[in-house]
Amino acid sequence: MPTAVTPEAVEKTVKDALVQFGPEADQITRDATFEDLDIDSLDLAELSQIIEDEYGVQLKGDDVAKIKTVGDAVDLVVSRAA
Amino acid sequence: MALVTGASKGIGAAIAQALAADGWLVGVNYRSDEAGAKRTVDAIEEAGGRALAVQYDVTDGAPDELFERLESELGPVLALVNNAGVRADGLAVQLDDDDWSTVIDTNLTAAFRLTRRAVRPMLRARFGRVVNLASIVGPRANAGQANYAAAKAGLIGMTKTVAAEVARRGVTVNAVAPGFIETEMTADLPDEITDRIPARRIGKPEEVAAAVRFLASDDAGYVTGTTLFVDGGMSA
Repeated sequence: MPTAVTPEAVEKTVKDALVQFGPEADQITRDATFEDLDIDSLDLAELSQIIEDEYGVQLKGDDVAKIKTVGDAVDLVVSRAA
Repeated sequence: MALVTGASKGIGAAIAQALAADGWLVGVNYRSDEAGAKRTVDAIEEAGGRALAVQYDVTDGAPDELFERLESELGPVLALVNNAGVRADGLAVQLDDDDWSTVIDTNLTAAFRLTRRAVRPMLRARFGRVVNLASIVGPRANAGQANYAAAKAGLIGMTKTVAAEVARRGVTVNAVAPGFIETEMTADLPDEITDRIPARRIGKPEEVAAAVRFLASDDAGYVTGTTLFVDGGMSA
C-alpha cells in the first residue's frame, strides 16, 4: 500500500531493506555503493519488490542496472513517485 | 498454497492430489475443462485434502491479477507446478508457424511468466518451490515433435538458470521429465512403444506426481536446478 514518499522515509525503507541482506547499518550511507555493500542483483530485485509494495513505484531491470549507490536508489524512487 | 497448472486431468490432476495429500492447499488450475477441475477438487476433498478450482489460461499474458486474487483470498503461493502443456505434432518441414508458436507459448513462455511472478513473494518468504514439467523429449529426439522438444529443452535450461539465481533465498526450481505416461496425450501411441522402454511399460501419472511431491517438500530443500527423469530407464 503506497505511503508518503519523502526522501527521509524512502531512505529509511531502503536502509532497513539493505540491512536484511547483510551490511551493517552504519555502512549504509547515501554515498555507499552497492558493490561496496556486497549487494548483488538478487538483493536489488528484492529491494525493488519492497519499494513497489511500500510506495507503488515500479523499478524495472533497466532502472536497477543504472543505480550504483544508496543515494541513487533513494533519488530514483522519490523522482518516480512525484 | 500450491498452484498446479493444467490440473483438470492426467499428470496435473495426479500432481494436485499428491500435493494435497502432503498438506498443501492446492489451486487446481484449468483453462476450459471446468468439469475436470471439479473432479480433481472433489477427489482431493474426498481424501481429506483442501483444494479449489482456478480458471486461468496460462497463455493469457501477465498473471498478476490471478496471483493477486490467490494471495488476497488464500495466502501466498509458495509452490508452483508448471504442468500445463500442449502438443501439435508434425515433421519440422511441415509444421506451420501456429503449430510452433502455440506449443512454445503454452509449454515454455507461460511457464516463464508464471515463474517470474510466483518467485517474487517466494524470495520475500525465504521459501519456495517451482517444479517444471519437462519431458524426455527435448533432451532426446522424438521425430514429429521439434516444437515440443524445443519447448521442453528450453524449460530445462530455464529451470537451471532460475534455480541458480534464487537458490540462496531458499527457493528451489527443478524439472521433472516424464517419459511415456498413461494419459490422454499418449493414448494414440502404438503398443510397440514399450519395446523402447527398459521397464517395458509406460508409466502412471501417480509416478510422476510422486516425484513432484518430493521436490515440493521440505526434504528437497537442497535439491535445485536439477531434472528428475521419471521414464522407466529411457534416458539411462
